[in-house]
Amino acid sequence: MSPSSADRSSTRHRILFGLLPLAIIALAITSACFGSVSLSPISVIKAITGASDLNPVHQQIILDFRLPRILTSMLAGAALATAGLMMQTVFRNPLADPFVLGVNSGASLGVALVLLALAPAGMSLIDGLSTSGQLIIVLASTGGAAATLFLVLILSRRVDIMSVLIIGLMISYTVGALVSILMFFSMAERLQSFLNWSFGDYGNVSWSQMQIFGPAIFLGLFVSVLFVKPLDALLLGERYAESVGTQTRKVRFFVLLGASLLAGTVTGFCGPIGFLGIAAPHLSRHLFQTSRHSVLIPASICIGALLSLASDFVARGPGLDFVLPLNAITALVGAPVIIAALIKQRNLKRLF
Amino acid sequence: MSDTAQITTSALTIGYTHKGVTNTVAKDLELALNAGEFVCLLGPNGAGKSTLIRTLAGMQKPLSGSIQLQGKDFSDIAPRERARMVSVVLTETFPSGMMDAYTLVSLGRHPYSGWLGGLNSNDRERIDWAFNAVGAEALATRQVAELSDGERQKVSIARALAQESKVMLLDEPTAFLDLPRRVELMSILRNLAHREQMGLLLSTHDLDLALRFADRIWIVNEDGSIQQGYPEALALEGTLERVFANENLDWDAELGSFRAHPTPCLNVYMHGKGIHYAWTKRALERLGFGITDAQGKAAFSIEITQANDCGNWAVQYKDEQPIFTEIRVLIDWIQAQDWSR
Repeated sequence: MSPSSADRSSTRHRILFGLLPLAIIALAITSACFGSVSLSPISVIKAITGASDLNPVHQQIILDFRLPRILTSMLAGAALATAGLMMQTVFRNPLADPFVLGVNSGASLGVALVLLALAPAGMSLIDGLSTSGQLIIVLASTGGAAATLFLVLILSRRVDIMSVLIIGLMISYTVGALVSILMFFSMAERLQSFLNWSFGDYGNVSWSQMQIFGPAIFLGLFVSVLFVKPLDALLLGERYAESVGTQTRKVRFFVLLGASLLAGTVTGFCGPIGFLGIAAPHLSRHLFQTSRHSVLIPASICIGALLSLASDFVARGPGLDFVLPLNAITALVGAPVIIAALIKQRNLKRLF
Repeated sequence: MSDTAQITTSALTIGYTHKGVTNTVAKDLELALNAGEFVCLLGPNGAGKSTLIRTLAGMQKPLSGSIQLQGKDFSDIAPRERARMVSVVLTETFPSGMMDAYTLVSLGRHPYSGWLGGLNSNDRERIDWAFNAVGAEALATRQVAELSDGERQKVSIARALAQESKVMLLDEPTAFLDLPRRVELMSILRNLAHREQMGLLLSTHDLDLALRFADRIWIVNEDGSIQQGYPEALALEGTLERVFANENLDWDAELGSFRAHPTPCLNVYMHGKGIHYAWTKRALERLGFGITDAQGKAAFSIEITQANDCGNWAVQYKDEQPIFTEIRVLIDWIQAQDWSR
């Protein structure tokens, strides 16, 4: 109707979609330069392109350690942001995050069972978290996440969407309580390894694990793209959504499944990563000034990847010889982002 | 007016089932909503107007009986196809953050667009037409959160119009609007029904406007039956009076509206005509007087004449014969008298 305003917003979108990937690539290369050995951006690019005149040790550092980590952090950020966006739309709740259905605490319980209960009972897998031990952690946490999700979805079959949210929260609390009890009966060094897991870390995904991690994330993202249109309709509320032909129950089920697959996979491989899933969708709405999912999903993927890379970069403390808990950094990055967006819009109704 | 039925129901019973207990709201409904017809659904609070709207919209399953949409059984119609046949305007509000009116209205094109929801030129034409039809062109670029109640209701109707359906069901769209806005909305809707040959069903509490605008009226009775008829016929048959009147409300058959009645203890004889007469009558009724034709029984009499749009009130009260040229002074005078003598 008013082409000027439509043009203005699509110009804005084009500029942002041009800048965001550039920012992601720049940050990824910068991030690859820092670590135990500082390398130049040139060597990073040489390593990736397979130039032969590079020090083989440096090439190995970049290709086998830094690159998987950077890729993991981008995929995890994109996954959590998209899952958060879908959850916020389905639940019509700006505070919903990828873990509202208890995927996170389910994963914690799985890991706690392995680290705190089974390991003391004779399994010696904790020493330095060997490769096979790491794989068991991944299996335990993914399994725990899937079990919780299954339970919530079964319990939520016949109730309205608000009740699903509350059931999810209650299951989270219950599972969290079980974890607390396990922790209470555990020895200090076991607790330390559980705590380390709960800090979150992008460094544990090797190239071989990436063969599972990557496709799982891409599958989840693909599901989200399939549901762009019904997600738009759900913005109107379930009744209106049905009146324009949306099969809300079916959509709800698959969207929750897709979002939980994303969140569960990330938690399984990297531990519970908070805040990215809330902050990135809000930041996307704020930057792109729209609520249309055909824009918001790619936007959240980009912004999630960017925030995630940035958090990991800061957590590894370039130039310092220690690594901060990733989860602390995502909260430190995420919370101010949400506060700033809210203050700028002055009220939530305009933002969400 | 065409007689092609858009929605018909046969032996339709509506209500809720909760924990195995069935609560029937209305039963054995035989209704027909025709193309080109603006129907108002009236009834006391809690009589089941919203339940009927929701059932006809397919948001709630009927307890028994069937609904036919353009001759096809409701349950045989796929959701997407149904969305092309029936659109709704509900009482619930839209979550409206970061959404302009154009985007909101464009969601009405979902039954036609592809899997990404993209709009082609035909979609855009229809959206522009919908904005035009409700006179909301200027609102297209505004944020939904910033619209007034009346504007939001217009946009909400435009969204339903974008669905290009032959039937539109509206649940109390005029609630929360001021009178001029309500009149505007009702005439927009009636014109749409007639011009576009749509079947419009609107539930409302606004009896007065319904009687003025509706082509036909459906009244939900206390016993859960629904009576259909032309507004005037329902008024003359006394149906309106039976459904709505109670000990505190009187049906004024001539005015076609209800009024609260403190039983008048004093009567006034009035003579005259025109708007000055009408408004003087209203003033007297508001002050608690009855109007009588018998001059002998009247506490006082007023002769109203009108010249050049100015009223002239000649009062005869006991031995006094004051003459007023402003209704304000007349009302002050009436209130100053001690009528208990």
